[in-house]
Amino acid sequence: MNLWLELILVSLILANLHLLGSSRINACIRTVALQAVLLSVVSLLVQPHPIGLRLPLLAAASMAIKAGLLPWLLRRAVREAGVQTEVEPIVGFTTSLLLGLGLLGVALHVADRLPMADADGARFLVATALFTVLIGLLLIVGRRKAVMQTVGYLAMENGIYAFGLAFAVQEPLLVEMGVLLDVFVAVFVMGIAIHHISREFDHIDTDRLSALKD
Amino acid sequence: MAVLASIVHVVLALALAPLLPGIINRVKAWVAGRRGSPLLQAYRDLWKLLQRGTVYSRTTTGLIVVGPVVGLACVVAALLIVPLGGVPGLMAFSGDFLLMAYLFGLMRFVTILAALDTGSSFEGMGASREAFFSALAEPALLLGLAALSVPSGQFSLSAAYASVTWAAMTSTVGPAWLLVAAALIIVFLAENARIPVDDPNTHLELTMIHEAMVLDHGGPDLAMIQYAASLKLWTLGALVVGLLVPVRSGWWCVDLAVGVAGLFALAAMVGVIESTIARLRLVRVPQFLVAASVLSILALVLVTRQS
Amino acid sequence: MIWALLLIPTLAGLAAFGLRRNGPRRALLLASAAAHLAAVVACWRDAPPPIADGWIAVDPASLLFLSITSALFLAAAVYGVGYLAQESHVAPGGEDDEELPFQNFPEAVFTGCLLLFLATMSLVAVSQHLGLMWVGVEATTLVSAPLIYFHRHHRSLEATWKYLLICSVGIALALLGNFFVAVAARSGGQTAIHLTIADLTAHADSLNPRWLQAAFLFFLVGYGTKMGLAPLHTWLPDAHSEAPSVVSALLSGALLNCAFLTILRTHGLLAAAGLADFSSDLLIGFGLLSMAVAAVFIVGQADFKRMLAYSSVEHMGILSLGIGVGGAAAFGAMLHAVNHSLTKAMLFLAAGNILALYRTKSTVRVRGVLRCSPITGVLWMAGFLAIVGSPPFGLFLSELTILKGMFDAGRPWVAAAYVTALAVVFVGMAAICLRMSYGLPPGAAPNPDEPAVRSTRREPFWAIAPIASLGALVFLLGVYVPPPLADLLHRAAVALGAN
Repeated sequence: MNLWLELILVSLILANLHLLGSSRINACIRTVALQAVLLSVVSLLVQPHPIGLRLPLLAAASMAIKAGLLPWLLRRAVREAGVQTEVEPIVGFTTSLLLGLGLLGVALHVADRLPMADADGARFLVATALFTVLIGLLLIVGRRKAVMQTVGYLAMENGIYAFGLAFAVQEPLLVEMGVLLDVFVAVFVMGIAIHHISREFDHIDTDRLSALKD
Repeated sequence: MAVLASIVHVVLALALAPLLPGIINRVKAWVAGRRGSPLLQAYRDLWKLLQRGTVYSRTTTGLIVVGPVVGLACVVAALLIVPLGGVPGLMAFSGDFLLMAYLFGLMRFVTILAALDTGSSFEGMGASREAFFSALAEPALLLGLAALSVPSGQFSLSAAYASVTWAAMTSTVGPAWLLVAAALIIVFLAENARIPVDDPNTHLELTMIHEAMVLDHGGPDLAMIQYAASLKLWTLGALVVGLLVPVRSGWWCVDLAVGVAGLFALAAMVGVIESTIARLRLVRVPQFLVAASVLSILALVLVTRQS
Repeated sequence: MIWALLLIPTLAGLAAFGLRRNGPRRALLLASAAAHLAAVVACWRDAPPPIADGWIAVDPASLLFLSITSALFLAAAVYGVGYLAQESHVAPGGEDDEELPFQNFPEAVFTGCLLLFLATMSLVAVSQHLGLMWVGVEATTLVSAPLIYFHRHHRSLEATWKYLLICSVGIALALLGNFFVAVAARSGGQTAIHLTIADLTAHADSLNPRWLQAAFLFFLVGYGTKMGLAPLHTWLPDAHSEAPSVVSALLSGALLNCAFLTILRTHGLLAAAGLADFSSDLLIGFGLLSMAVAAVFIVGQADFKRMLAYSSVEHMGILSLGIGVGGAAAFGAMLHAVNHSLTKAMLFLAAGNILALYRTKSTVRVRGVLRCSPITGVLWMAGFLAIVGSPPFGLFLSELTILKGMFDAGRPWVAAAYVTALAVVFVGMAAICLRMSYGLPPGAAPNPDEPAVRSTRREPFWAIAPIASLGALVFLLGVYVPPPLADLLHRAAVALGAN
């Protein structure tokens, strides 16, 4: 199944680049949801046979939450905020894309140098995971609107989850569910905060939230 | 044997190239619910144009005559280099993809010169846009072709394309080559002035790029320009088809036939694209082309990582 | 017993969301705080056994931080009940603040989140499993965000957003650190080592050092964001100054400690694996940077709650320094954690009184606190003296111990920087606090044109008692550290990697 894994990882990288280059908020939300779906498939691909019942259930649950519930929450926040669905970048789109390519190089370089046992997953998966985390951070730093920062946070979480997959980290069910729950509640709370921000300030431009400073 | 195949390919290209615009227009008409012009209409247009005289403005110098001729010569030279799938180019040598890219560059250069030569602001505007967008599309083309050459280690287009077999596509370089294919399709659309980069049917000031540059040409000059445009469709299309149709059977007749069929299918696909997508706003075209470059760079990175 | 620690505040918090009447809800708050403290005292007497397969246990460090949290919460609960009663009397749109009149969050959400905050902090303190600890820290972030936004004001909203985003990003990085530890444990070639502290420490030799170091770096950056170490502290001044004083007291006094605990545990793990030098250097670096940044921003600070927030950054830097240097300084750091929490809570609650009286947070416009509200003024001055480290308060003792530890460990330059930063902070805070406390109140002669402060009102019991009791504790600790406490501190320091 190596070819399928490679195809999905390349799609993940393309999804990340799309996040950097897209100028519409709803497209970015859909892309992050797509990332979650792809990662659920990856989670089923990297596990050694036999798979059993727990994994597909977990994959389905995480897909339901991260690709269904959270994007719905975010889209609702955008709709209720009534803001224009244009991404307003602090770092321009072309610059973001080129920076993203640089970060891909960094991620590949770091992944090649990590000490990994042979039993661990492909280095490419580790590189993609690190790349996704870096892209998430770039989005948080480089975008004005609060919703885009939440999308960046979701991308970061996707990357960290992918990293966990790369090492087939055998964390018990409780903590996995805890992670999922935390992401869900975090985005929920962020959605509420965005709603309040838009009501209070008439915009969700965090660059203009600068009243508190020294 | 290979030389015979290449010669047949060149002859077929010279003969059949004007069919490609015909297929595109026919498909567009069919999607729109019309019957559309006949497939051989482009030949009739060329014949009609060849029989007309030309009028040259007094403000022009000799460049306006040079432009179409040199352009046609360039694209014919590129045709001699380009392979069609398993059929190698007639004049293949190591590093020929650079020559091909620069031949296209030369063709663009003389077209721009001829456009500027008329002294009209329309042509100047089209020329400046063309120069900018082509500059953005060129890295995509070169880096994509480099990504094709790296796994086989050969820097000749024909050898690189000969290595694109079904086995290679289903191996680990497959995804990278799919990215190259996507980038090459975008370059194909951009270089041939197709939607979503430019609309070949429009003659509005704000929306023309390529059409603006050839506005003042007429008669045999225009015939040469249109024939060169269809040959360019064939040449760049051959690059795309060679990648997307990895049939390398070893018999040149089969490869050639499959390649020509692939080109016709590509033309039909362009027709469908032109009917379904709207043209991009001019400010978004650079982003579109940078996306193509990013895809090429990504493919190159993926391919070099594995070697 | 541990179940009581966790379940009492959780159930009470969830119940508080549903209670409609203010009276029963406030009673529930006080009762839960008292019950939690009783449970902690019971843990002092006999240590409860671990539960949940060793994932949750009360070890010395847990008990120490639980005690601090619980005591602080009780004081905050007493103050909070009175505060909420007073806030509900103020009609929205009536008495306005310096800027717009604001509408407060529903009190039920506030009380519920406050109790859940206690529950999640207790979870962080008692969890022995790295993953569970992570879940707890993330939960504290999410539960405390509505608390900061209690006053529905655009500045507090801005502070809440920054808090939420920056801390969530930091905690996501800490999750990556968790994965790195898991990888380090796997590379040992053994069958699964559980991610509990006990298990990891027992198998410390078979952990891959490179991965462990990378994990510590991510933990330090991730949990350090939550702890308020510079340069990751940017959310702290905003959040701690815009939140209601009750919440600020808890955030500064209890939450920062919980984040510190997580870093402590990782440092202990690295020490057990023989990599103590790596983590010590990092801790000292971050500690000095925090102290320097805080010192720079305290001087000339225009908002006294922001000044207290930067003081928290400074003291977190001192804690990090103490643990990084090790030895006697580690014991000093443990003692300092206790002292700082008590003092900072005292100061924030007193600041709350001042804010209620003067209706402004400006250090220039607040003057003559000693005249307007004498008891608060005395407590404010006492708190100031305590926090800058004057004897006979407890912080003097702990800071001196840390200093001694630095010389013992042979790091004179670190000690020099430490003392310089303390001196700068002293000067900065002294200028502000003395100016605030002394002088004539605004509106009195010879400036009758200034807007007068509201007439001196009777300082209610609920506003004074918690502050006074916290102050008394700090004073007591400065004079005499009870042997059980000293023993606990010592055991905690040893368990967390100091020698």
